[in-house]
Amino acid sequence: MDSFPILSLVTFLPLVGVLFILAARGTEEQVARNARWGALWTSLATFVISLLLWLNFDPTTADFQFVEKIEWLPAFDISYHMGIDGISLFFVILSTFLTPICVLASWRAITVRVKEYMIAFLVLETFMIGTFVALDFLIFYIFFEAVLIPMFIIIGVWGGPRRVYSAFKFFLYTLAGSVLLLAALLALYFEAGTTDIPTLMAFDVPASLQTWLWLAFFASFAVKMPMWPVHTWLPDAHVEAPTAGSVILAGVLLKMGGYGFLRFSLPILPLASEQFVPLIYTLSVIAIIYTSLVALAQEDMKKLIAYSSVAHMGFVTIGIFTATQQGIDGAIFQMLSHGVISAALFLCVGVVYDREHSREIAHYGGLIERMPKFAFVFMVFMLGSIGLPGTSGFVGEFLILLGVFQDNTWVAFFAATGVILGAAYMLYLYRRVIFGKLEKEYLKKIMDLEPREIAIFAPLVALVLWMGIWPDPFLSVFDASVSNLLANYQSALSSVDPLNLAGR
Amino acid sequence: MNIAVDISAVWPELFIAIAAMVMLMYGAFRGEDSTRFVTWAGVLVMVVAALLVLAGPAGKTTAFNGQFMVDAFAVFTKVLLIAGAALALILAQPYNMREDIKQFEYPILMVFAVLGMMMMVSANDLLSLYVGLELQSLALYVLAAIRRDNLRSSEAGLKYFVLGALSSGILLYGMSLIYGFAGTTGFDGLAAIFAADNDAPVGVIVGLVFIAAGLAFKVSAVPFHMWTPDVYEGAPTPITAFFAVAPKIAAIALFVRVMLGPFGDLVAEWQQIIWFISLSSMILGSFAAIVQTNIKRLMAYSSIGHMGFVLVGLAAGNEQGVQGILLYLTIYLFMNMGTFACILAMRRQGRMVEDIDQLAGLSKTNPYLAAALGIFMFSMAGIPPLAGFFAKFYVFLAAIEAGLYVLTVVGLLTSVVGAYYYLRIVKLMYFDEPAEAFDRSPGREITVIVTVTGLITVFFFIGLAPVLNGAEAAAAVLFGA
Repeated sequence: MDSFPILSLVTFLPLVGVLFILAARGTEEQVARNARWGALWTSLATFVISLLLWLNFDPTTADFQFVEKIEWLPAFDISYHMGIDGISLFFVILSTFLTPICVLASWRAITVRVKEYMIAFLVLETFMIGTFVALDFLIFYIFFEAVLIPMFIIIGVWGGPRRVYSAFKFFLYTLAGSVLLLAALLALYFEAGTTDIPTLMAFDVPASLQTWLWLAFFASFAVKMPMWPVHTWLPDAHVEAPTAGSVILAGVLLKMGGYGFLRFSLPILPLASEQFVPLIYTLSVIAIIYTSLVALAQEDMKKLIAYSSVAHMGFVTIGIFTATQQGIDGAIFQMLSHGVISAALFLCVGVVYDREHSREIAHYGGLIERMPKFAFVFMVFMLGSIGLPGTSGFVGEFLILLGVFQDNTWVAFFAATGVILGAAYMLYLYRRVIFGKLEKEYLKKIMDLEPREIAIFAPLVALVLWMGIWPDPFLSVFDASVSNLLANYQSALSSVDPLNLAGR
Repeated sequence: MNIAVDISAVWPELFIAIAAMVMLMYGAFRGEDSTRFVTWAGVLVMVVAALLVLAGPAGKTTAFNGQFMVDAFAVFTKVLLIAGAALALILAQPYNMREDIKQFEYPILMVFAVLGMMMMVSANDLLSLYVGLELQSLALYVLAAIRRDNLRSSEAGLKYFVLGALSSGILLYGMSLIYGFAGTTGFDGLAAIFAADNDAPVGVIVGLVFIAAGLAFKVSAVPFHMWTPDVYEGAPTPITAFFAVAPKIAAIALFVRVMLGPFGDLVAEWQQIIWFISLSSMILGSFAAIVQTNIKRLMAYSSIGHMGFVLVGLAAGNEQGVQGILLYLTIYLFMNMGTFACILAMRRQGRMVEDIDQLAGLSKTNPYLAAALGIFMFSMAGIPPLAGFFAKFYVFLAAIEAGLYVLTVVGLLTSVVGAYYYLRIVKLMYFDEPAEAFDRSPGREITVIVTVTGLITVFFFIGLAPVLNGAEAAAAVLFGA
């Protein structure tokens, strides 16, 4: 690949859009219109450029590609180092894909302070992409943390009635986890003398230190993921955030935790990762079963989907720590699929919320009579969330279960019950909202999807089916990177004397 | 001893002293009309002094029989505190016009305080240290009470004076103990004694504790912090801005110099003291700020917390730590000056408002100011990519290097608590419905300072490498490089 800094371009292009929006002058109405179009065009351009990454990506190698490296703090051996491999590529594309959708979804729903809203989303996009392309731990941390600022503002300014509480809870929960990650980052830097991720991956961290570092990493990534029992910020944040905020939160922000496990915990701390597998399995199984049951009892649609996210993320953590090809492939695929499906489900809730301003499940019923198109779209994503074969959700969950079955059949058994529970709460939700008789007076005039909404949902439906029917274009991209990760992981484990490992 | 060599080392101090006296004469003859002119003259004096400091002798130079010393560390901190004083003087200009403060002594006292601070930073002997400290303190006591017909201002001045005198006494007592047991007051002499014999007599240890207590008072570290909120609240706001920055920088520099210079070989004796005051400052600063309703009191607790973070670097006691401290002080200077400039813009119907709740809805009534204050708050909370993050990053890096894991983890967790009250201000400005709008046009000086410090806070990462290099060179001289 030539030396054109395409990753920096993708990362910082949204900020150019911010400058454009900031320059907009005129009446409030004109500014709002300019902000909407400016944000849409910028995010679309970013998406198109990020697709170039995929086209030019070489899936045969596990090396980092499109690498850029500029010295930043030479005295500390910290540099501006960017690059992607098969694991990060799709997270970048997921971020750039969801941002224009969020802009479109907010077209009518956001009427106050449109300019600030669009700026917040574009800044957020930069930080999200930066998190996934950074190849320096410090740069990663900077982007990882910076995400909190625009998200805090988005939830707090444009959120629902309890937005202040939720915004603070989101911010402080995540920050508390992250500062421990920072402590671990400092300790790791002091040990290895660099924050360069490829160098750190090759570095042998002493076994005694690994445990502590792993726990600190875990504190941060588990909150972000979120894993049971530190998931409680998620339902609050989701319920109060505006629709597009929930989409980004579920679609991309949750994936940062999983990405962190894959990028840092497994390759840099293999011994501790192996040691803590039982902990991860236990927490994940609890998450899957417990939050599925909680989801079953929810009265609020957004809350139900939020809890289902926790359950789905439980699958992801299990898959990552099986340390098998199928498990990790499945975990990455599940994250991508969940990124699309949960985002789409929140958009579905947004559609009825925009019309009725209620998220109560009991507020609806029999929508199929007035909204057949919506019912179809909702059904696709509902089935995808359940993991019906032919949708993207199936591929991820199947691979994860395949992976974990090789490692621990009991975990596979309990995780599989989660699939059944998932079907229960999603079908129950669908029945209550869509089916039945349309008896409520106020619903008799509800309108079906308008063209703008169809334009939002069409690519999502296509993607869910494509990923479910022909997943190979996706799987083959991260295959090389995952097998390389596993090869290093296994060699790190086998290089340690087994007696020594047991005695620790 | 060649007097010319001595003089060449003290050019900046000499210039400031003479210029201040000229300003005093001018003010005395021209009367109250001269305040504006004298203020700008003070800014000019600061600029020239900064240039003189930078043009000073390269490398380590001692003068006046080893009483006075110039080295890279002194140069770095002097430039910082001069910058702080210059910004505070500029901020004072529109404030004084509006509040009708006509004392021309105001800028002159600030200039004298800066002279004292520069003496502190360059002190190479316990005696010159004390002289510099007192010159600074006396000027500050008067400044706190400059609005002599205002009850709160007078109260602040008196409180500051009584407690400050007490701490000076403690410091002096510690010095006399050191002199009694070690037989010298020169830093070089003391360092030589302790380097030769690591087993310090108990009198020296007691003296060291007293000195640490006295200096902790000056940096307002817990448990010697009680004066800070009252003085911050009572003093006129530009003076508070000055208090929050310049004396803190000077006192921290002095603290570092004393602990790592003459007592550098007694690390084991003082490290736990610093460890404790650092930890308790961070904890108290973050928890006590939560319940504050006055923004100046909030800033007081915030500065106590920040001093706790700075002292983490000293507790580490290594070169990395000093580098982190210098970086922290640089960033602290800009963040704080920017925040105080925003506070100075909080005026309604020509009166200052200091209640935090009055900030409600500022993002609607004055988006520019709200965005700037928001940036400063996120930066103080230590959220990357803003400047405050790098400040914390480097002091904690040093702490990890020194193996202070408990201090690091607890310190980082208190920064989460701290984030709560900084976020509360962002919440008021952005999430709440607007209160009455503030007066338009806070003054060109304030707008300029808010803009400049805001840009520095956001884009600090670009200039991080050169500042770090400067700090590295400055830190190296304390470790005999």
